[in-house]
Amino acid sequence: MKYRTVFDIIGPIMIGPSSSHTAGAARIGKVARTLFAEKPDQANIYFYGSFAKTYRGHATDVAIVGGILDFETSDERITEALTIAKDQNIEVNFFEEEAIAEHPNTAKIILSKGNHKLELVGISIGGGKIEITELNGFALKLSGNHPAILVVHNDRYGVIAGVSHVLAKYEINIGHMEVSRKERGKEALMVIEVDQNVENPLLVELEKLPNIMNVTKIHD
Amino acid sequence: MFKNVAELINLAEVNEKKISEVMIEQEMEVTGRTREDITSQMEKNLHVMKAAVERGISEKVRSVSGLTGGDAVLLQDYINRGNYLSSETVLDAVSKAVATNEVNAAMGMICATPTAGSAGVVPGVLFGMTKRLKPTDEQMVRYLFVAGAFGFVVANNASISGAAGGCQAEVGSATGMAAAALVELAGGTPRQSAEAMAIALKNMLGLVCDPVAGLVEVPCVKRNAIGASIAVVAADMALAGITSRIPCDEVIDAMYKIGQTMPEALRETGQGGLAATKTGRELEAKIYGESQKRK
Repeated sequence: MKYRTVFDIIGPIMIGPSSSHTAGAARIGKVARTLFAEKPDQANIYFYGSFAKTYRGHATDVAIVGGILDFETSDERITEALTIAKDQNIEVNFFEEEAIAEHPNTAKIILSKGNHKLELVGISIGGGKIEITELNGFALKLSGNHPAILVVHNDRYGVIAGVSHVLAKYEINIGHMEVSRKERGKEALMVIEVDQNVENPLLVELEKLPNIMNVTKIHD
Repeated sequence: MFKNVAELINLAEVNEKKISEVMIEQEMEVTGRTREDITSQMEKNLHVMKAAVERGISEKVRSVSGLTGGDAVLLQDYINRGNYLSSETVLDAVSKAVATNEVNAAMGMICATPTAGSAGVVPGVLFGMTKRLKPTDEQMVRYLFVAGAFGFVVANNASISGAAGGCQAEVGSATGMAAAALVELAGGTPRQSAEAMAIALKNMLGLVCDPVAGLVEVPCVKRNAIGASIAVVAADMALAGITSRIPCDEVIDAMYKIGQTMPEALRETGQGGLAATKTGRELEAKIYGESQKRK
């Protein structure tokens, strides 16, 4: 079931005017910022479908930048997001895409700072609820509603066992997990949704495992 | 976990519980949170709704586009003159639904129920009833859990997104949710809640999402207004003992299928329906001429 809690229906508390096009957009932006883990110098934002056709009217552009600035959906600073981004020297560019995306409310965000780059595709599925469907070219399904650990690793046997062993040691329960790879034996991505926020020592321990390239986390 | 309205009603009847109670208990089970934690979050939502209603009925808010604002105040003044045709309760609910959506369109703070574009109906009906039913704070919070329970079923079995299912999925769902919640608030049975939801939603089937210039303003604000009036009347009908020939779950399923066959131009793209009328297009050209200057 897509919706699990009553607060997906009665909520979120948010700045208007649209839960899917404003609050959802802000949430997609915020997940991108969380995963990027620092203030970007540049944000390129691509809108598809209904997002492309109506983003100005719904302030989708303003809201998604608000999210990239790490604002919550109910943060009144969202209305000033474009100005605040400018003040923080973040270059923001919007692109209206003609291509037909699988979901009508789709946005792609590319954040960069020097060599550090992140590419993420998110969809806004209604009532402010979102899913991240692509990260740096990997297909995935991530709600951003639960704490999660993202592990970039080499596609080798035993890597998943190693990671789950460390999680077990820290008594972290896995709620949902998926593995995605671009090509057999090459780079792969593990997405692990967990029940509680995880501490840094665990992430450091994961990074020391063989064949692990990068570990990031998303908090509640 | 209840998957449909039939299961929800059954859980309430077998355990002799209110729908709000079934929803609260499920929330505790699914999230592992305490009752106090859950109800206090819902209280916060209630406060945001109340603040939006109060702002909208006392201040002539204006949206950035200038398309909407001030109608809630007009209705309140009209009610106060006492010379109305329907009833004070209905008009108060309508004006408070409008108030919420006007605040939303002005980029003010609201609580999505189930979405922002349909955020007026559920609080509008609730705050329109405070004079008539004098609910306690606890009853008002419970009203929101009932609305949430029915919205939960719609969201999981159909859709609450205008882009996916048209306005019937947004204001239609909200209207059904408010009707069902009002029945419990007025002392009706769980089954009567389901009947009210079915009666209300049936009258929203086929409603397209055709916002002028793609904005959550025209016709969204007035659809929330009339949605609130339908919710109140549907609740009255259910409380009178009237039932829906088509069960609530099947009405929800019909809504889903209608949404799937709805052309894209009528699903929140600003390309068909009222958006594509002569005046709709003129307003769009005027607004985007102005909004370009924002950059």
